[in-house]
Amino acid sequence: MTLVRKCGDRALLLEVDDVHGMVRALEALDLPGVTEIVAGARTVLVSHGADADVNALARRVAGITPMAEPEGDPATITLEVIYDGDDLGVVAGVAGISVEEVIARHVGADYQVAFCGFSPGFAYLRGLDPSLVVPRLASPRTRVPAGSVAIADTWSAVYPRESPGGWRLLGHTRTPLWDLTSPVPALLTPGTRVRFARIAS
Amino acid sequence: MIEVISPGPQTLVQDLGRPGWAALGVGSSGAFDRASLRLANRLVGNRESATCLETLGGGLEIHFRVACVVAVTGAEGSVMVRGGVGVSQPGQPHRPRGESRNSPLYVNEGEVLTIGPPTAGLRSYVAVRRGIAVPHVLGSASRDTLGGIGPEPVLAGDLLDLGDDGTHDPLVDHVAVRARSGPLRVMLGPREDWFTADAISALTTTHWSVATQIDRVGIRLLGVPLSRVEPSRELPSEPVVSGAIQVPPDGSPVILGPDHPTTGGYPVIAVVIDADLDRLAQLRPGDVIDMRAVEV
Repeated sequence: MTLVRKCGDRALLLEVDDVHGMVRALEALDLPGVTEIVAGARTVLVSHGADADVNALARRVAGITPMAEPEGDPATITLEVIYDGDDLGVVAGVAGISVEEVIARHVGADYQVAFCGFSPGFAYLRGLDPSLVVPRLASPRTRVPAGSVAIADTWSAVYPRESPGGWRLLGHTRTPLWDLTSPVPALLTPGTRVRFARIAS
Repeated sequence: MIEVISPGPQTLVQDLGRPGWAALGVGSSGAFDRASLRLANRLVGNRESATCLETLGGGLEIHFRVACVVAVTGAEGSVMVRGGVGVSQPGQPHRPRGESRNSPLYVNEGEVLTIGPPTAGLRSYVAVRRGIAVPHVLGSASRDTLGGIGPEPVLAGDLLDLGDDGTHDPLVDHVAVRARSGPLRVMLGPREDWFTADAISALTTTHWSVATQIDRVGIRLLGVPLSRVEPSRELPSEPVVSGAIQVPPDGSPVILGPDHPTTGGYPVIAVVIDADLDRLAQLRPGDVIDMRAVEV
């Protein structure tokens, strides 16, 4: 069941159970007047041009059935991580487990990019072990290096570029996540499956 | 080639932005006051989307190393042209001449153009015939101040090449521009149901004062704090649009500008309609605005 809300006069906001299935269906339909489709955690934004018949479009998208993932094993990106982050100890303390166990649980989960936001190429990864849920820092760091592997609330992420940030740092990867010379500059796009693998420094 | 002698408080390279990348966390950015950028380009005979300079307040000074047709649009205020750096013409003292906004200006080689402090509005657009040549990133020359994408902010001493976006000779001498007044038109939602009836009423029936925290990411408004039905309820991050009026827990709304993050975790009580978005670029701290709910 899709609930459609107007988001100003140039977009609709869809509340859906299957965000990625709805994005797939919308991309496949390529509806006239639709200019951009953006995933959120539980919503999909459908932007449209000035000429679109917004009420007709709203009725149309309300009736769309989410599209299943293509058959077969989904492509998975494995990121090699050196677990040397400054917040390992804090996370271990909050979770009441050892640092080694924090790392084991972070490596042990299957993740999927729910949506991007915060900054270019910053992917919110769903699938974090519930025991590792820790609130973000009350006062963000002014500088988090590119490649930092981090967690906050129910999410994990990798900082694609150096930026300020309030997430808890577990380690870092050397894999580039953001490349403006590539046709798709972000390595982690919505729907992508991700695993972390521990490597020694 | 033109040389920036002083960028004033902030000068950015802008065009009409890079829509289409929000799914990867890249916002559309682009000129805050799109109509003024389009007009400036039309006045000098460029494609409407050609690359311009967007400058905040007054103080931008440009030395023209070649003669050029220029137009300044956006905020109201003076534009001065004075004789140049390294140019001397015996017996002809260089008196600065005042020029008009919203007109094609003919600037000679060696002359210096200065944007005076705005008497109304905040952002001015400087178009040069042929446009400004800078590398495009993801299809646009716009500087996204939040995402850090596109050309770096313009600095004193920067040399900017002219592009090849000129399409026709300037057609008009002057365009009368009337700033739109009256309440900002907003559409309620998508999360108006998160707010109390009093908050929804206050949005469109009380006066709002523009705070000092205003930039291309957002414009903070001061007034009656907008209260939520369930103050502790958290909104899962969802995509947001320019003009979205987000309400953080303190109840002071923020209207998102062109460099807004692509997703946000605060409920959006209403969205400024597209036709009124350009007005946001010209708001100044202390301005008082009203909002009116409309349907489309």
